[in-house]
Amino acid sequence: MEKEIVISAVNISKVYRRGSEEVRAVDGISFEARAGEMVAVVGPSGSGKTTFLNIIGCLDNPSSGTLQVGGRRIFGGRGELSERELTLIRREMFGYIFQKFYLIPTLTVEENIMLPGAFYKAPGAREVYGVMKSLGIERRLRHFPGELSGGEMQRVAIARALVNGPKVILADEPTGSLDTRRAEEIREILRDLAGQGIAVIMVTHNTGLARSADRILEIRDGKVHAA
Amino acid sequence: MTIYTIAYKNLLRKKTRTALTAGGIALSAWVLATLLGFNRGYQQGLNKDIDNMGFQVLLTAKGCPYEAATLMLKGGVGLRYMPADVVKTVFKNPEVDKVTPMLMHGVFDPNKGENGAIAAYLGVDAASFPGMKPYLDFKQGGWFTDNQAYEAVLGYEAAELEQREVGDKLLIPGVARDIRVVGILNRSGTQDDGTIFLPITTVQNLFNRRGMLTGLGIRVKKGADISALENRLYDLPDVQVVSMAQVKSTIMNLVNSARVIVLGIAGIAIIIAMAGVINTILMSVMERYAEIGIIKSMGALPLDIFRMIWMETALLCGFGGAAGIGLAFVTARLAEAAVRYFLPYAPNGALVALDWRISGFAFLLITAGGLASGIYPAWRAARVRPLEAIRSEGE
Repeated sequence: MEKEIVISAVNISKVYRRGSEEVRAVDGISFEARAGEMVAVVGPSGSGKTTFLNIIGCLDNPSSGTLQVGGRRIFGGRGELSERELTLIRREMFGYIFQKFYLIPTLTVEENIMLPGAFYKAPGAREVYGVMKSLGIERRLRHFPGELSGGEMQRVAIARALVNGPKVILADEPTGSLDTRRAEEIREILRDLAGQGIAVIMVTHNTGLARSADRILEIRDGKVHAA
Repeated sequence: MTIYTIAYKNLLRKKTRTALTAGGIALSAWVLATLLGFNRGYQQGLNKDIDNMGFQVLLTAKGCPYEAATLMLKGGVGLRYMPADVVKTVFKNPEVDKVTPMLMHGVFDPNKGENGAIAAYLGVDAASFPGMKPYLDFKQGGWFTDNQAYEAVLGYEAAELEQREVGDKLLIPGVARDIRVVGILNRSGTQDDGTIFLPITTVQNLFNRRGMLTGLGIRVKKGADISALENRLYDLPDVQVVSMAQVKSTIMNLVNSARVIVLGIAGIAIIIAMAGVINTILMSVMERYAEIGIIKSMGALPLDIFRMIWMETALLCGFGGAAGIGLAFVTARLAEAAVRYFLPYAPNGALVALDWRISGFAFLLITAGGLASGIYPAWRAARVRPLEAIRSEGE
């Protein structure tokens, strides 16, 4: 039985103007992701991978095309969603992981993970201790980010991304700041998350990480080169 | 974890900057509370001093009182006098309840202070004066036996200064007669504390001022028309009428004018503190631009971010304001001593009268000012677009 489609993007384009020049950062990409699927988005620098990830993560607007998230039309309908509605969609559907972790240095590991819970009732907060244990950071709860290794910081960022109980994890170069061993650990964690039914879509240059995905989407010059 | 925890912890991120900003707020709160307390204390002290004079109308010899004061400071010979029989004339008025004649005389005392100073003696009527000042009570002894006795009653501070006790002799420069101290008053918190009282006839005899008075205190009957009495007294030759109500009103008007200046100074202090708050919080927002973007990408609404930043301002101002007001209480006596140094003729009693109302008002004003100054940085933070913020970190 096929799993539900959580992301459906049809003919998505993003056009910037740089002076008189028109830059097509994303050029007519169509894409689907299902629950529990792990997709690696690869391609050379400047090919439009991150722009595409930001659009499907509702952080950026496409210039054209349609986007549905969890069966709900986000872009390409009759009326655009408001900033508030987009925020609520992000809250409900997405967990974000970034290369630079973006942990708050004055908050402890536990507080960083629970950060979304300070602003709204995060459904994953109850299971967060289990998540922390599964990520191997349960003994670091009272530590500050500055006291952690890169791998530990990324695990904390992953735990934080899970607090709102997302259906999709969007990871932009999640192993970009890590050594090979730590990158391998993160790969395992992301694989596990996909196994739990979360769609994991990651932009990466790490070929090992890309190979572990169920599917690879290669983008060149804003277009899908191979899928 | 709550927004308040995040706000509080963020303030600890740059401790020195937070401490300096809170220090600025504390300083403005201190200035505001102290100035308001001073204004109130001065008014209370003045009211008390005038009310404790015991009479509502004072009659003095005609002439410029400032000139008289200057002459007195230069040797005590310039005071103007009025005839003692004015007492009988005044008593004929139906509004008058009691009168008390007074004769002030100043003598240069070369042994007083480093370069000598004027020692003032107030001759009072043993029969009527104590009745005008029922609040005066004695630490030792009592009032004079009669108006011709060579006796003295010393105010609390005068006794301390002269180092005299009941039974001791009081030496008056240029006077051969021995004056015996028969009473020492308890502290009253009024100008009487520094006064040396002698029987009025004794002062007249000692200083060759027989049949002369410098002042006549008049107490008016309850419910009587003071204005009518004053108008009649104005017609008396060679005397001037000083209405205590008018004196109080005039001085209060001056004090109220001074209050405008005082509040202006406090206002400037608050504006400077507010500028500090805007600067600090805005810097903090700019430094956390990407972080705020990440929080918004995680699902925080603009209002959440606004509240978080505004909460930082509230904590900063609340803490700074409370510290400043605490400091005002701690340094109230010190500020009072400084005021007395520069204004030696300030009223008696606590000059910086701080209470919960003044403290509360100062705290609310500072916090409100701080919160107002936090609106712009909070609004800027709330408008951060997640993607732009995350990109800015990468650039």
